[in-house]
Amino acid sequence: MTDQKKSSGISRRTAVKGIGATLGAAAFAKAIAPITTWTAEQSVDEFLQKHYQELTPEQMQKILARLQAETKEQYGAEVEISDPKPQEGVKFAYALNLSICVGCRKCAQACHLENNHDRPSGNSYIRVLEMKKGSLDMEQGKVDYKGPVPKSDSFYMPVQCQQCDAPPCVDVCPVEATWKEKDGIVAVDYNWCIGCRYCEAACPYHARRFNWTKPQIPAEEINPQQGYLSNRIRPQGVMEKCTFCLHRTREGRLPACLEACPTGARVFGNILDPDSEIRWVLENKRVFVLKEELGTKPSFYYFFDE
Amino acid sequence: MSSMSKTAPSPASAGERHLVSYPRFLWRIAVMSTEGNWLFYAWMIFLSAVALVGLNAWATQVSQGMVVTNMSDHVSWGLYIANFTFMVGLAAGGVMMVIPAYLYHDDDMHDVVIIGELLAIAAIFMCIAFVVVDLGRPDRFWHMIPGIGKFHFPISMLTWDVIVLNGYLLINLHICGYLLYQRYRGRRPNPKFYIPFVFLSIGWAISIHTVTAFLYQGLGGRPFWNTALLAPRFLTSAFVSGPAFIILALEAIRYLSSYKVGDGAIRILVNIMRITILINLLMLASEIFTEFYTGGAHTASARYLYFGLHGHNALVPWIWSSIAITVVAALLLLCPKVTKHPIMLTTACALAFAGIWIEKGMGLIIPGFIPSTLHEIVEYTPNGIEWRISAGIWAAGLMIYTLAIRVAMPIFSGEVSLAKDKDNSA
Ligand code: SF4
Ligand code: SF4
Repeated sequence: MTDQKKSSGISRRTAVKGIGATLGAAAFAKAIAPITTWTAEQSVDEFLQKHYQELTPEQMQKILARLQAETKEQYGAEVEISDPKPQEGVKFAYALNLSICVGCRKCAQACHLENNHDRPSGNSYIRVLEMKKGSLDMEQGKVDYKGPVPKSDSFYMPVQCQQCDAPPCVDVCPVEATWKEKDGIVAVDYNWCIGCRYCEAACPYHARRFNWTKPQIPAEEINPQQGYLSNRIRPQGVMEKCTFCLHRTREGRLPACLEACPTGARVFGNILDPDSEIRWVLENKRVFVLKEELGTKPSFYYFFDE
Repeated sequence: MSSMSKTAPSPASAGERHLVSYPRFLWRIAVMSTEGNWLFYAWMIFLSAVALVGLNAWATQVSQGMVVTNMSDHVSWGLYIANFTFMVGLAAGGVMMVIPAYLYHDDDMHDVVIIGELLAIAAIFMCIAFVVVDLGRPDRFWHMIPGIGKFHFPISMLTWDVIVLNGYLLINLHICGYLLYQRYRGRRPNPKFYIPFVFLSIGWAISIHTVTAFLYQGLGGRPFWNTALLAPRFLTSAFVSGPAFIILALEAIRYLSSYKVGDGAIRILVNIMRITILINLLMLASEIFTEFYTGGAHTASARYLYFGLHGHNALVPWIWSSIAITVVAALLLLCPKVTKHPIMLTTACALAFAGIWIEKGMGLIIPGFIPSTLHEIVEYTPNGIEWRISAGIWAAGLMIYTLAIRVAMPIFSGEVSLAKDKDNSA
């Protein structure tokens, strides 16, 4: 008798629990639904892809072909993605003459176009600070200056990735998605980065940019000459940064920001070549680096004409 | 059948009996966690609803990108990492309660031990969840798994954090699981199998908080975090938030169930909080003094946090309310009669908890980014998506904690045991 009561009680309870579980599962499926459309867009090959440094040349060829096809499909643009390697005996360095920089921000704009940055956000790897003459204190600087430049009481200091020799951004990355290449460039594997943004917090020069959403660029504005580690269109949710335009500079060309500079304030070259202009600047000018006290050892130098 | 199980076990049959009693134990846990009174169901349904809202917000964030949050390249970590930081403290604080129990053999504290350890488990779950929702590419989570992915150990502090947090989770799962299973079987837990782990978990609790502090403390480019006081301050605040939460849980257990929670445990927890909340305020004063008496460029973040900078002051109300409620909590706790007045005690603990939550979250993570490394001021306030996701994780964590206590208390008190289950089914 009691047994009967008990068992029927249990079955009613179980039935209620069953309904609860079904409703719960349905609600769960509904809640998670937005993700399913997104996962449908991600390819299995992409998901399983190994770290850049572990890819064989054949695997790389396949990946480049896949990325080109994806760009065609998603952005409607024919692009050519290459993977230029560092050259032997080359270490890149950049120098910038603060006496003649006029703060026109042409470099930032060129960077935006060259590197296939997201159009709506107007992203660029370069930020130009307007500084009061007589002080190098960045706290006195301004990035959102307006009006005609140069102003007589100001000088201008563009800041971009310093390709540090002791880069804190590389140290902190938990998955080695960012590292220093042989020619001094700090690179990011966009297909390996998990988007934790620890490197962005660690960089003392505000040089890193995160892809908060999928970049939007009209097909006709896409720069088709792309590098795997540099200006190819980045996926959503990963970190990116200035690479000294390695798809250009590793082929012997100059960075886009330098070509765009109307005053010739920018000097770029191989610091290991004794006859290079960059060596001449470093040897003959009074050069300094930003935030030297942090020990990041930048490969980006600033100087004034006496 | 019950007479058979009472015969002396031979070694072989002991193993066999685990084969029977362990699944039974797990099944009992599953059954218990879906059973309760209407209040229990209402609470669980409420938490599930909040958790699902959070899950939905997260799904939106993954598909549309983190642009749906209010974070930016300037303030690259926000509410998620703020909550993560606080949770690490809660996890550490939960287990610190073990010290009086085992070091001083204080019997009243033994109930608290399991409650603290279960809190640690729920809090670590929340920590991990808060890190996962902060990732731009959660689908690549496997890149972090040692062996399969690339684990940047020992250079990246984040890999240390992964190790200590997961280790801590395992240790506490082992202790709780072992104690409960032995109690369920009606055995005395063998100290060899858990006391060493209890001591390990105490040391480990310190490590999780220290390592998490080092995550921020090690960044030379962020002067606000780059202070040696960060790790010690983390620990003292953990000693405030952990006991505060446990007292609240004990009070809830007292009122909502028939379990007797000893006054002694609460008294010891209040005594711990009395000291730690004062040390916490003292360290705060010391830090404020250094920042403002010295002056200079390095204090820009502190100036922004406490008084606003160049007309930007989004964090000022947060930090002052945090200081105010922490001070009120301290005053309430210092009242000699606080342990006798449940309302006063609950208020004090809730205030202390909220005060630390703001201080370790919005008051610590966000000002580290403002002004940015190039001295731009870009402000940040969490938006709806971020609040929803965070609330969802809190709800899921509370769900885990409620279930854990729901299961642990009857087993601990002997109300549910293997012998009784057998009698029932016989
Ligand atoms: S400037 Fe920043 S991003 Fe560039 S190498 Fe240095 S730390 Fe890394
Ligand atoms: S955001 Fe990407 S590159 Fe930066 S630390 Fe995280 S995983 Fe590494």
